[in-house]
Amino acid sequence: MSKFLSQIDWSAMNESIQETLYMTFFSLLIAVLLGFIIGIILYVTQEDGLYPNKFINTILDFIVNLLRAVPFIILILIILPVTKFVVGTMLGATAALPALIISSAPFYARMCMIALNEVDKGTIEASKAMGASHFQIITKVLIPESKPALISSITVMGISLVGYTAMAGCIGSGGLGNLAYMYGFVRKNYAIMYTATFFVLVIVFIIQGIGDYVVRRIDKR
Amino acid sequence: MIELKHITKVFHLQKGDIIACDDINLKIDDGVIFGVIGYSGAGKSTLVRIINQLEKQTQGEVIIDGEDISKLSHDELRQKRMKIGMIFQHFNLLWSRTVQKNIELPLEIAGIPKEERIKKAKELIQLVGLEGRENAYPSELSGGQKQRVGIARALANDPSILLCDEATSALDPDTTEQILELLKKINKQLGITIVMITHQMEVVQKICHHIAVMSEGRIVEEGNVKDIFGAPKHQVTRRFVRDISSKVDDDKLNEDLKKIYPEGMLLRLTFEEDIARTPVVSEVIKQTNISISIVSGNLTNTINSSFGVLIINILNGSKEEYEQVIELFKKYKVNVEVI
Repeated sequence: MSKFLSQIDWSAMNESIQETLYMTFFSLLIAVLLGFIIGIILYVTQEDGLYPNKFINTILDFIVNLLRAVPFIILILIILPVTKFVVGTMLGATAALPALIISSAPFYARMCMIALNEVDKGTIEASKAMGASHFQIITKVLIPESKPALISSITVMGISLVGYTAMAGCIGSGGLGNLAYMYGFVRKNYAIMYTATFFVLVIVFIIQGIGDYVVRRIDKR
Repeated sequence: MIELKHITKVFHLQKGDIIACDDINLKIDDGVIFGVIGYSGAGKSTLVRIINQLEKQTQGEVIIDGEDISKLSHDELRQKRMKIGMIFQHFNLLWSRTVQKNIELPLEIAGIPKEERIKKAKELIQLVGLEGRENAYPSELSGGQKQRVGIARALANDPSILLCDEATSALDPDTTEQILELLKKINKQLGITIVMITHQMEVVQKICHHIAVMSEGRIVEEGNVKDIFGAPKHQVTRRFVRDISSKVDDDKLNEDLKKIYPEGMLLRLTFEEDIARTPVVSEVIKQTNISISIVSGNLTNTINSSFGVLIINILNGSKEEYEQVIELFKKYKVNVEVI
């Protein structure tokens, strides 16, 4: 066991964990904000929505589907020029952010739309009957009523982002994926590979645990 | 006063047009409990939604206190809606809010300051009898309690009209009774006009002053409850009135009765309140040589009157004498039906 552990460069491991956490949570934050806004626009512009607009809805829907359809590993490569322009480099954790955000924001937008559609139409009708404005319906009814679903979607997305960071790691973004691949797999240092995988799992379980706890706390159905 | 003038609502669906409301004219006076009864699909839910413009009519005018509300701007309509409360079959409460917060929602929407909201919600909780449940979530309440929250919420902005869309249809009979009592109390105490949509005759019978019967998008019969119950004219109304006077399937009951009383003739007599006090039956016996045996009798109460239904067997007479008996009953303004 000590021989196994002695093969691991702990400062590299520590750095990789930090990179993975940074990539996951930074892109999660931005993707949730962006996705939330897009999701609400998708919801309200639906045919029977609060602001029906077929034009905007169709275009947005198409973009969301398109970005979700491109496999992540290919998306990273396709947007390399954009990454270079925005971040200034193609390597490192920050360089992975544009790809992570572009692939996960549409995902969250779709999840938001589904969550909002699940809100009981009767409560929306009731709030209309009370004289609520569309903005009040969104802020006082739709969002609070769909909160558990919105939050469990963040959990799901956080977990898939951890997976994406590992993929990004394979093409030089750093993080646990990079460590496991470059130092573990390529150099046949299996101790590093398994340990890195172990920490990925720990991160996933923590995200799931926090998400489940929060949903349990706020779900009063 | 609510006035509906030539209201027509057509839904354009893929399989064709559906006329939910067909040239409906109604006048609903202030302070009354007005019932609209009809079987499902009659268009009554659409009609009630036209009153607060949740549905826009295809044609016609909705005039509330002299103002055509279908011509209001979006913001003016929102202001108007605050003065028209609405309760629903499935309550439509927000599960994410407590009882207190659910009742505060319309006040928040109206922009009432926090202290006032809390005070008003407390009063309403008292009015609907939910003291002690302020901090419960809807999922912790029974159906009847949920509807009480719905009623309190609908009354939050002191509306002059309360619309009830099948408000008791999802409740058991005991709870229905309690909710109806509450609505009656609110109508009396606050003088609020209540428009009730229902398919339950007993609901209309217990609390409505005035009713309209709807079928296939039209009002087929309208009047005060006493008149409609006493002498239902339209076939749909008759079905509703039958429902209430005997829960048993009528045709089957008639068959059974004929088997038990094969001789003579069976008559169903309906007495309205004003004649129920005259000794009609004994008068008829005195004036003819016929024997009468009473098969069954019952009394049905409405909000402001009662009427009796009596089934009798007339015996020992000729066909002419039976006819004479029927004529005599009719002379005393008894509604006669030969079984």
